[in-house]
Amino acid sequence: MGAGALFITVFIACAVEAVEATTIVLAAGTARDWRSASAGLLAALAVLAAVTAALGPAVTTLPLQALRLVVGALLLVFGLQWLRKAILRASGRKPLHDEDAIYRQQLAAARAAARRSARLVPDLYGFTLSFKGVLLEGLEVVFIALTFGGNARRVPLAAVAAACGVAVVALAGLAVRAPLARVPENAMKFAVGVMLTAFGTFWGAEGAGASWPGADAALLVIVPAVAAFALLLVAVTRRVPSASPAAAAERAAAASTEVS
Amino acid sequence: MARRIRAAAAFAYDFVIGDDWRPAAGVAAALAITYGLSRAGIAAWWLVPAALVVLLPASLWRASRGR
Repeated sequence: MGAGALFITVFIACAVEAVEATTIVLAAGTARDWRSASAGLLAALAVLAAVTAALGPAVTTLPLQALRLVVGALLLVFGLQWLRKAILRASGRKPLHDEDAIYRQQLAAARAAARRSARLVPDLYGFTLSFKGVLLEGLEVVFIALTFGGNARRVPLAAVAAACGVAVVALAGLAVRAPLARVPENAMKFAVGVMLTAFGTFWGAEGAGASWPGADAALLVIVPAVAAFALLLVAVTRRVPSASPAAAAERAAAASTEVS
Repeated sequence: MARRIRAAAAFAYDFVIGDDWRPAAGVAAALAITYGLSRAGIAAWWLVPAALVVLLPASLWRASRGR
Protein backbone atom coordinates (compact mmCIF):
# COMPACT_ATOMS: atom_id res chain seq x y z
CA MET A 1 0.00 0.00 0.00
CA GLY A 2 1.44 3.37 -1.01
CA ALA A 3 2.15 5.99 1.62
CA GLY A 4 -0.34 8.43 0.04
CA ALA A 5 -3.19 5.90 -0.08
CA LEU A 6 -2.51 4.85 3.51
CA PHE A 7 -2.48 8.46 4.71
CA ILE A 8 -5.70 9.43 2.91
CA THR A 9 -7.62 6.29 3.98
CA VAL A 10 -6.65 6.60 7.65
CA PHE A 11 -7.15 10.39 7.63
CA ILE A 12 -10.72 10.18 6.27
CA ALA A 13 -11.73 7.24 8.48
CA CYS A 14 -10.42 8.93 11.62
CA ALA A 15 -11.92 12.31 10.70
CA VAL A 16 -15.37 10.69 10.45
CA GLU A 17 -15.00 9.21 13.93
CA ALA A 18 -13.76 12.54 15.26
CA VAL A 19 -16.88 14.32 13.94
CA GLU A 20 -19.06 12.10 16.15
CA ALA A 21 -16.81 12.49 19.20
CA THR A 22 -16.72 16.28 18.73
CA THR A 23 -20.53 16.45 18.68
CA ILE A 24 -20.72 14.58 21.99
CA VAL A 25 -18.04 16.70 23.71
CA LEU A 26 -19.71 19.90 22.47
CA ALA A 27 -23.07 18.73 23.84
CA ALA A 28 -21.50 17.79 27.19
CA GLY A 29 -19.66 21.11 27.44
CA THR A 30 -22.55 23.31 26.33
CA ALA A 31 -25.32 21.66 28.34
CA ARG A 32 -23.35 20.78 31.45
CA ASP A 33 -19.92 22.10 32.28
CA TRP A 34 -16.85 22.68 30.08
CA ARG A 35 -14.39 21.75 32.82
CA SER A 36 -16.02 18.33 33.32
CA ALA A 37 -16.35 17.74 29.57
CA SER A 38 -12.67 18.60 29.09
CA ALA A 39 -11.68 16.32 31.97
CA GLY A 40 -13.68 13.48 30.34
CA LEU A 41 -11.97 14.17 27.02
CA LEU A 42 -8.50 14.12 28.60
CA ALA A 43 -9.23 10.96 30.61
CA ALA A 44 -10.43 9.17 27.45
CA LEU A 45 -7.33 10.32 25.54
CA ALA A 46 -5.15 8.93 28.36
CA VAL A 47 -6.91 5.53 28.14
CA LEU A 48 -6.57 5.54 24.34
CA ALA A 49 -2.86 6.38 24.62
CA ALA A 50 -2.40 3.44 27.01
CA VAL A 51 -4.28 1.09 24.61
CA THR A 52 -2.15 2.29 21.68
CA ALA A 53 1.07 1.92 23.68
CA ALA A 54 0.08 -1.65 24.63
CA LEU A 55 -1.16 -2.81 21.22
CA GLY A 56 1.10 -0.83 18.88
CA PRO A 57 4.36 -2.72 19.55
CA ALA A 58 2.49 -6.06 19.56
CA VAL A 59 1.10 -5.34 16.08
CA THR A 60 4.53 -4.53 14.66
CA THR A 61 6.21 -7.66 16.09
CA LEU A 62 3.69 -10.19 14.68
CA PRO A 63 4.77 -12.11 11.55
CA LEU A 64 3.33 -10.36 8.50
CA GLN A 65 1.21 -13.27 7.26
CA ALA A 66 -0.41 -13.91 10.65
CA LEU A 67 -0.99 -10.16 11.05
CA ARG A 68 -2.63 -9.95 7.63
CA LEU A 69 -4.92 -12.89 8.39
CA VAL A 70 -6.10 -11.56 11.76
CA VAL A 71 -6.27 -7.91 10.74
CA GLY A 72 -7.76 -8.73 7.33
CA ALA A 73 -10.53 -10.75 9.00
CA LEU A 74 -11.23 -7.96 11.51
CA LEU A 75 -11.22 -5.25 8.82
CA LEU A 76 -13.51 -7.32 6.65
CA VAL A 77 -16.03 -7.91 9.44
CA PHE A 78 -15.79 -4.29 10.55
CA GLY A 79 -15.97 -3.01 6.96
CA LEU A 80 -19.03 -5.12 6.17
CA GLN A 81 -20.73 -3.63 9.22
CA TRP A 82 -19.95 -0.07 8.02
CA LEU A 83 -20.91 -0.84 4.44
CA ARG A 84 -24.17 -2.47 5.46
CA LYS A 85 -25.19 0.61 7.48
CA ALA A 86 -24.00 2.97 4.72
CA ILE A 87 -26.01 1.10 2.06
CA LEU A 88 -29.11 1.07 4.28
CA ARG A 89 -28.72 4.84 4.81
CA ALA A 90 -28.07 5.58 1.14
CA SER A 91 -31.10 3.53 0.10
CA GLY A 92 -33.40 5.23 2.60
CA ARG A 93 -33.84 2.14 4.82
CA LYS A 94 -32.14 3.84 7.76
CA PRO A 95 -32.18 7.54 8.68
CA LEU A 96 -29.13 9.47 7.47
CA HIS A 97 -26.56 10.33 10.11
CA ASP A 98 -27.53 13.85 11.18
CA GLU A 99 -25.05 15.56 13.53
CA ASP A 100 -27.51 18.41 14.24
CA ALA A 101 -30.20 15.96 15.36
CA ILE A 102 -27.73 13.95 17.46
CA TYR A 103 -26.44 17.16 19.04
CA ARG A 104 -29.98 18.30 19.94
CA GLN A 105 -30.78 14.85 21.35
CA GLN A 106 -27.60 14.77 23.48
CA LEU A 107 -28.18 18.35 24.61
CA ALA A 108 -31.75 17.61 25.75
CA ALA A 109 -30.66 14.48 27.64
CA ALA A 110 -27.73 16.30 29.24
CA ARG A 111 -29.92 19.23 30.38
CA ALA A 112 -32.48 16.88 31.92
CA ALA A 113 -29.97 14.85 33.94
CA ALA A 114 -29.41 15.54 37.65
CA ARG A 115 -26.14 17.14 38.77
CA ARG A 116 -23.68 15.14 40.88
CA SER A 117 -20.09 16.10 41.56
CA ALA A 118 -16.98 14.19 42.57
CA ARG A 119 -13.67 15.31 44.09
CA LEU A 120 -11.95 16.47 40.88
CA VAL A 121 -14.98 16.70 38.60
CA PRO A 122 -17.68 19.36 39.14
CA ASP A 123 -20.23 17.45 37.06
CA LEU A 124 -20.09 13.66 36.77
CA TYR A 125 -22.69 13.46 33.96
CA GLY A 126 -20.73 15.84 31.71
CA PHE A 127 -17.51 13.98 32.46
CA THR A 128 -19.00 10.55 31.75
CA LEU A 129 -20.78 11.66 28.56
CA SER A 130 -17.58 13.18 27.17
CA PHE A 131 -15.39 10.27 28.35
CA LYS A 132 -17.59 7.56 26.84
CA GLY A 133 -18.09 9.38 23.55
CA VAL A 134 -14.39 10.04 23.01
CA LEU A 135 -13.36 6.56 24.18
CA LEU A 136 -15.82 4.71 21.92
CA GLU A 137 -15.07 6.73 18.80
CA GLY A 138 -11.38 6.85 19.71
CA LEU A 139 -11.16 3.06 19.91
CA GLU A 140 -12.25 2.95 16.27
CA VAL A 141 -9.55 5.49 15.41
CA VAL A 142 -6.92 3.37 17.20
CA PHE A 143 -8.22 0.20 15.52
CA ILE A 144 -8.07 1.72 12.03
CA ALA A 145 -4.65 3.33 12.50
CA LEU A 146 -3.08 0.19 13.97
CA THR A 147 -4.57 -2.27 11.49
CA PHE A 148 -3.80 -0.22 8.38
CA GLY A 149 -0.43 0.94 9.69
CA GLY A 150 0.58 -2.53 10.93
CA ASN A 151 -0.28 -4.24 7.67
CA ALA A 152 1.56 -1.66 5.60
CA ARG A 153 4.44 -1.75 8.13
CA ARG A 154 3.96 2.02 8.48
CA VAL A 155 2.42 2.50 11.91
CA PRO A 156 4.02 5.94 12.50
CA LEU A 157 2.61 7.28 9.22
CA ALA A 158 -0.84 5.87 10.04
CA ALA A 159 -0.63 7.42 13.52
CA VAL A 160 0.23 10.82 12.02
CA ALA A 161 -2.67 10.52 9.54
CA ALA A 162 -5.06 9.61 12.39
CA ALA A 163 -3.81 12.49 14.54
CA CYS A 164 -4.18 14.93 11.62
CA GLY A 165 -7.75 13.73 10.92
CA VAL A 166 -8.75 14.11 14.57
CA ALA A 167 -6.94 17.45 14.99
CA VAL A 168 -8.53 19.04 11.90
CA VAL A 169 -12.03 18.07 13.05
CA ALA A 170 -11.44 19.00 16.70
CA LEU A 171 -10.08 22.44 15.73
CA ALA A 172 -13.02 23.03 13.38
CA GLY A 173 -15.45 22.02 16.15
CA LEU A 174 -13.69 24.31 18.62
CA ALA A 175 -13.77 27.20 16.13
CA VAL A 176 -17.47 26.99 15.29
CA ARG A 177 -18.62 25.69 18.71
CA ALA A 178 -21.38 23.75 16.91
CA PRO A 179 -21.81 20.24 15.48
CA LEU A 180 -20.03 19.82 12.15
CA ALA A 181 -23.22 19.16 10.23
CA ARG A 182 -21.77 20.34 6.91
CA VAL A 183 -19.20 17.55 6.80
CA PRO A 184 -20.46 15.03 4.18
CA GLU A 185 -20.43 12.36 6.85
CA ASN A 186 -22.70 9.81 5.17
CA ALA A 187 -20.68 9.87 1.95
CA MET A 188 -17.46 9.59 3.95
CA LYS A 189 -18.82 6.64 5.92
CA PHE A 190 -19.74 4.94 2.66
CA ALA A 191 -16.21 5.50 1.28
CA VAL A 192 -14.61 4.25 4.48
CA GLY A 193 -16.83 1.14 4.44
CA VAL A 194 -15.65 0.44 0.89
CA MET A 195 -11.98 0.90 1.83
CA LEU A 196 -12.20 -1.25 4.99
CA THR A 197 -13.97 -4.04 3.07
CA ALA A 198 -11.59 -3.89 0.10
CA PHE A 199 -8.41 -3.90 2.20
CA GLY A 200 -9.87 -6.55 4.51
CA THR A 201 -10.56 -8.74 1.46
CA PHE A 202 -7.04 -8.26 0.12
CA TRP A 203 -5.14 -8.76 3.36
CA GLY A 204 -7.44 -11.48 4.73
CA ALA A 205 -7.09 -13.68 1.63
CA GLU A 206 -3.34 -13.02 1.45
CA GLY A 207 -2.96 -13.86 5.14
CA ALA A 208 -4.85 -17.12 4.54
CA GLY A 209 -2.24 -18.06 1.95
CA ALA A 210 -3.86 -16.92 -1.32
CA SER A 211 -1.83 -15.08 -3.96
CA TRP A 212 -3.62 -12.25 -5.74
CA PRO A 213 -3.14 -12.00 -9.51
CA GLY A 214 -0.98 -8.92 -10.01
CA ALA A 215 0.04 -8.86 -6.30
CA ASP A 216 -0.54 -5.37 -4.77
CA ALA A 217 -1.95 -4.08 -8.09
CA ALA A 218 -5.03 -6.26 -7.41
CA LEU A 219 -6.14 -3.53 -4.99
CA LEU A 220 -6.65 -1.24 -7.98
CA VAL A 221 -9.38 -3.65 -9.09
CA ILE A 222 -10.74 -4.67 -5.66
CA VAL A 223 -11.44 -1.12 -4.38
CA PRO A 224 -13.49 0.03 -7.42
CA ALA A 225 -15.18 -3.39 -7.61
CA VAL A 226 -16.35 -3.18 -3.97
CA ALA A 227 -17.51 0.42 -4.53
CA ALA A 228 -19.44 -0.54 -7.68
CA PHE A 229 -21.01 -3.54 -5.94
CA ALA A 230 -22.05 -1.39 -2.98
CA LEU A 231 -23.63 1.21 -5.30
CA LEU A 232 -25.45 -1.58 -7.13
CA LEU A 233 -26.77 -2.83 -3.79
CA VAL A 234 -27.99 0.70 -2.94
CA ALA A 235 -29.97 0.76 -6.20
CA VAL A 236 -31.37 -2.74 -5.64
CA THR A 237 -32.24 -2.11 -1.97
CA ARG A 238 -34.16 1.04 -2.98
CA ARG A 239 -36.34 -1.07 -5.27
CA VAL A 240 -37.04 -3.91 -2.81
CA PRO A 241 -40.39 -3.38 -1.08
CA SER A 242 -40.22 -2.70 2.66
CA ALA A 243 -41.33 -5.15 5.33
CA SER A 244 -44.66 -4.64 7.11
CA PRO A 245 -45.39 -1.04 8.26
CA ALA A 246 -45.19 -2.14 11.91
CA ALA A 247 -41.73 -3.64 11.44
CA ALA A 248 -40.58 -0.58 9.50
CA ALA A 249 -41.83 1.76 12.25
CA GLU A 250 -40.09 -0.37 14.87
CA ARG A 251 -36.81 -0.20 12.90
CA ALA A 252 -37.13 3.57 12.41
CA ALA A 253 -37.68 4.07 16.15
CA ALA A 254 -34.65 1.93 16.98
CA ALA A 255 -32.52 3.76 14.42
CA SER A 256 -33.53 7.20 15.68
CA THR A 257 -32.10 6.41 19.12
CA GLU A 258 -28.83 5.14 17.69
CA VAL A 259 -25.96 7.62 17.98
CA SER A 260 -23.15 6.17 15.85
CA MET B 1 -15.72 -9.08 38.36
CA ALA B 2 -17.70 -11.60 36.29
CA ARG B 3 -20.17 -8.84 35.42
CA ARG B 4 -17.35 -6.61 34.16
CA ILE B 5 -15.91 -9.42 32.05
CA ARG B 6 -19.37 -10.06 30.58
CA ALA B 7 -19.80 -6.34 29.89
CA ALA B 8 -16.37 -6.17 28.19
CA ALA B 9 -17.18 -9.24 26.09
CA ALA B 10 -20.54 -7.73 25.10
CA PHE B 11 -18.82 -4.47 24.14
CA ALA B 12 -16.17 -6.31 22.06
CA TYR B 13 -18.91 -8.33 20.32
CA ASP B 14 -20.91 -5.21 19.51
CA PHE B 15 -17.78 -3.31 18.41
CA VAL B 16 -16.56 -5.95 15.95
CA ILE B 17 -19.60 -8.06 15.01
CA GLY B 18 -22.45 -5.55 15.39
CA ASP B 19 -26.10 -6.20 14.55
CA ASP B 20 -25.67 -9.30 12.40
CA TRP B 21 -23.32 -12.16 13.32
CA ARG B 22 -23.77 -14.02 10.04
CA PRO B 23 -21.35 -11.93 7.91
CA ALA B 24 -18.66 -12.45 10.57
CA ALA B 25 -19.28 -16.21 10.56
CA GLY B 26 -19.24 -16.20 6.75
CA VAL B 27 -15.95 -14.28 6.66
CA ALA B 28 -14.38 -16.74 9.12
CA ALA B 29 -15.58 -19.70 7.03
CA ALA B 30 -14.36 -18.12 3.76
CA LEU B 31 -10.90 -17.43 5.20
CA ALA B 32 -10.68 -20.97 6.64
CA ILE B 33 -11.58 -22.49 3.24
CA THR B 34 -9.12 -20.13 1.51
CA TYR B 35 -6.42 -21.35 3.89
CA GLY B 36 -7.30 -25.01 3.21
CA LEU B 37 -7.32 -24.56 -0.58
CA SER B 38 -4.07 -22.59 -0.55
CA ARG B 39 -2.37 -25.29 1.52
CA ALA B 40 -3.55 -27.81 -1.07
CA GLY B 41 -1.95 -25.72 -3.81
CA ILE B 42 -5.26 -24.55 -5.32
CA ALA B 43 -5.66 -20.87 -6.31
CA ALA B 44 -8.14 -19.44 -3.80
CA TRP B 45 -7.91 -15.64 -4.14
CA TRP B 46 -11.44 -15.52 -5.59
CA LEU B 47 -13.11 -17.11 -2.59
CA VAL B 48 -13.29 -14.12 -0.21
CA PRO B 49 -14.70 -11.77 -2.93
CA ALA B 50 -17.21 -14.50 -3.84
CA ALA B 51 -18.23 -14.77 -0.18
CA LEU B 52 -18.78 -10.98 -0.06
CA VAL B 53 -21.09 -11.17 -3.06
CA VAL B 54 -23.30 -13.53 -1.03
CA LEU B 55 -22.85 -12.23 2.54
CA LEU B 56 -23.50 -8.51 2.04
CA PRO B 57 -26.76 -8.79 0.04
CA ALA B 58 -28.01 -11.49 2.44
CA SER B 59 -27.35 -9.24 5.45
CA LEU B 60 -29.01 -6.29 3.69
CA TRP B 61 -31.99 -8.43 2.81
CA ARG B 62 -32.45 -9.46 6.44
CA ALA B 63 -32.13 -5.83 7.58
CA SER B 64 -34.61 -4.66 4.94
CA ARG B 65 -37.11 -7.30 6.00
CA GLY B 66 -36.65 -6.39 9.68
CA ARG B 67 -35.16 -9.75 10.70
